[in-house]
Amino acid sequence: MPDQAVSDRELEVLGLIENVRSRRPKFRDAQITMAHGAGGKASQTLVEGLFVPILGGETLAALGDAGEVEAGGVPLAVTTDSYVVKPLRFPGGSIGELAVNGTVNDLAVSGARALALTLSLVLEEGLAAGDLRAEIEAVAAAAETAGVRIVAGDTKVVERGHADGMYICTTGLGRRDPRSRVSPAGVRPGDRVLLSGSIGEHGTAIMLARGEFELDAAIESDTRSLWPAVDALLEAAGPSLRCMRDATRGGIASVLNEIARSSAVAMIVQERAVPVLPAVAGAAEILGIDPMYVANEGKLVAFVAPEAAEAALAALREVPGCEQAAEIGEVRTEPPGMVLVETSFGGRRVMDQLVGDPLPRIC
Amino acid sequence: MRFVDEFRDAELGRALAGEILGLVEPGRHYKVMEVCGGHTHSIYKYGVDDLLPTNVELVHGPGCPVCVIPMGRVDDGIALAHIEGVIFTCFGDMMRVPGSRGTLLDAKAAGADVRMVYSPLDALRIAKEHPDREVIFYAIGFETTAPSTALTLKRARAERVTNFSCMCNHVTIVPPLRALLESPDLRLDGFVGPGHVSTIVGARPFEFIPADYGKPVVISGFEPLDILQSVAMILRQIAAGRCEVENQYTRVVPYDGNLRALEVMAEVFELRPHFEWRGLGFISHSGLRLSDAYADLDAERRFGVPGVRVADPKACQCGEVLKGVIKPWECKVFGTACTPERPIGTCMVSSEGACAAYYNYGRFARDREVV
Repeated sequence: MPDQAVSDRELEVLGLIENVRSRRPKFRDAQITMAHGAGGKASQTLVEGLFVPILGGETLAALGDAGEVEAGGVPLAVTTDSYVVKPLRFPGGSIGELAVNGTVNDLAVSGARALALTLSLVLEEGLAAGDLRAEIEAVAAAAETAGVRIVAGDTKVVERGHADGMYICTTGLGRRDPRSRVSPAGVRPGDRVLLSGSIGEHGTAIMLARGEFELDAAIESDTRSLWPAVDALLEAAGPSLRCMRDATRGGIASVLNEIARSSAVAMIVQERAVPVLPAVAGAAEILGIDPMYVANEGKLVAFVAPEAAEAALAALREVPGCEQAAEIGEVRTEPPGMVLVETSFGGRRVMDQLVGDPLPRIC
Repeated sequence: MRFVDEFRDAELGRALAGEILGLVEPGRHYKVMEVCGGHTHSIYKYGVDDLLPTNVELVHGPGCPVCVIPMGRVDDGIALAHIEGVIFTCFGDMMRVPGSRGTLLDAKAAGADVRMVYSPLDALRIAKEHPDREVIFYAIGFETTAPSTALTLKRARAERVTNFSCMCNHVTIVPPLRALLESPDLRLDGFVGPGHVSTIVGARPFEFIPADYGKPVVISGFEPLDILQSVAMILRQIAAGRCEVENQYTRVVPYDGNLRALEVMAEVFELRPHFEWRGLGFISHSGLRLSDAYADLDAERRFGVPGVRVADPKACQCGEVLKGVIKPWECKVFGTACTPERPIGTCMVSSEGACAAYYNYGRFARDREVV
């Protein structure tokens, strides 16, 4: 056997695999499983293999966090999101707060400041009135903090046993910021990858709040509006800010993979540079989960042209809640569509998308 | 993280890599098998391979609990899960293992109450919370997890929880290793021994490997430095012409194992005459079932299972991967027809499976620069 790390035959197999992966996914599952809602490969297959082909349209196919529409020459962004988190309240937040911040953030990372939200509620028969009031107050408080108005709403009630207390759906309308040129396909080799703070807090907080593991740690969800962070990045980097994503379900690993695919670039991430709180790292270690895949509700990943990266990072760190922001990696050309990690131990590995999430119903 | 980061120190890693380089004979190719799937996972996750000289090859072994479960046993589990009123509990990885007609996850989507647990005690807790339902725990794993299943069954008995039972798929590590060593198509220079299993059984049961087959064994921990150090210890044995069982994982593994855990296992389990392993076929005295004293807690005896043996899919080469005969990428369907999203074989399902580890972490041309 020749002593080289990768034989020609192996290279050939690797090429074949990338061929298969670059094809548009076909949705062939017989039924929906929890994996389809987890933000990993199964979700991607559902969206790209079923929804986009049937619904069509360029805007949808761009797979951004928000769609673009123009009204009387004004560029607008529209997005919608449903919230089915269990439990309804968790350390650091609740479903009401999440429902506002999540939608505001999808607009923010699309370079749009939220103007208005709609609020749809699906309530379960038997939900305590006090719990409902608390969540509506949480919605109001989060909306005020984010500077957005609730302008329309809807309420449905379903039989006991059908909605785990309540589900919320919010739709957001925002105005594209004139400073913004961000686009999911706008990332270029050489761009730097910035992360707005420590990862994995929301998913870990939810997991512990469910009480399924006999594990206790003071970890709070990071749910917050990302507009201040986006505003600072736009101010510091302007058109050099190529693309942003909020790293919710599937964590930063999923976000980086989505962008690597949509921009046909490679990324290399320095594991050592990614901030993780010790309590989150500890819980992840015990549960055998990689924090890179754990959900956040107030963290974004930004791709910035190299010449603007330093200024963008400095501006980001000035924003409250982003003090730990860091440059975590760089965009490369080869191998396209792939995210690699330089491990703290000094080796390298692929950081792929998960098939499903080990922890469904986190947002 | 204290007491963990110390074992992932890059500088110490480089120092060990240098030491390993000094121990290998140039021109000689070394094949070392890591028995345990946990090691395989660590090797890929931390990129341990990147620190080894190219003539030291790590070969992945059979020690992945999910990987060795044959299709028929998955079908049996799914049959139990579909029984009216049953809450079926298992570890998360197990839910994605394909049976002949879908996975437990599919059974869940079709209406079966299948729940993921992190420990058998969680399953027992669910049984106590739902006294009107039958709760079945689908137990898998080597000697590492068998004691916790045994303790859970003892507790169920002591607390008179009558709606709890266990479908036992526990296996033992020595029989497949012996089968592997008897196989003519594998040439190995040594073994990185299974650290977790050894915390229970100790290092002694592996003495047959140097004694009968002339191969060194080093019981290893799971951090990247542990694995590098174990490889160095194996190479040092080879260089010095020694051949014995050594224990690198002394901070956890006592040479004689955990006697209390072994006692509990002996009380609750007995050896099956034979047990089918995925890709390896039937191996005598390699699987455990509940002893007659615990027969009433045995889900197979309480409910009955189809027990139909299902042949592995033709294209699947999990057996050869588990024996270390081929590398994951050498399988005909690897990464094309068989992927983590649509696995054909078990090795592509579990995070400890060699195929999943290679696909998820190692799938790039590592000797080429990233540009």
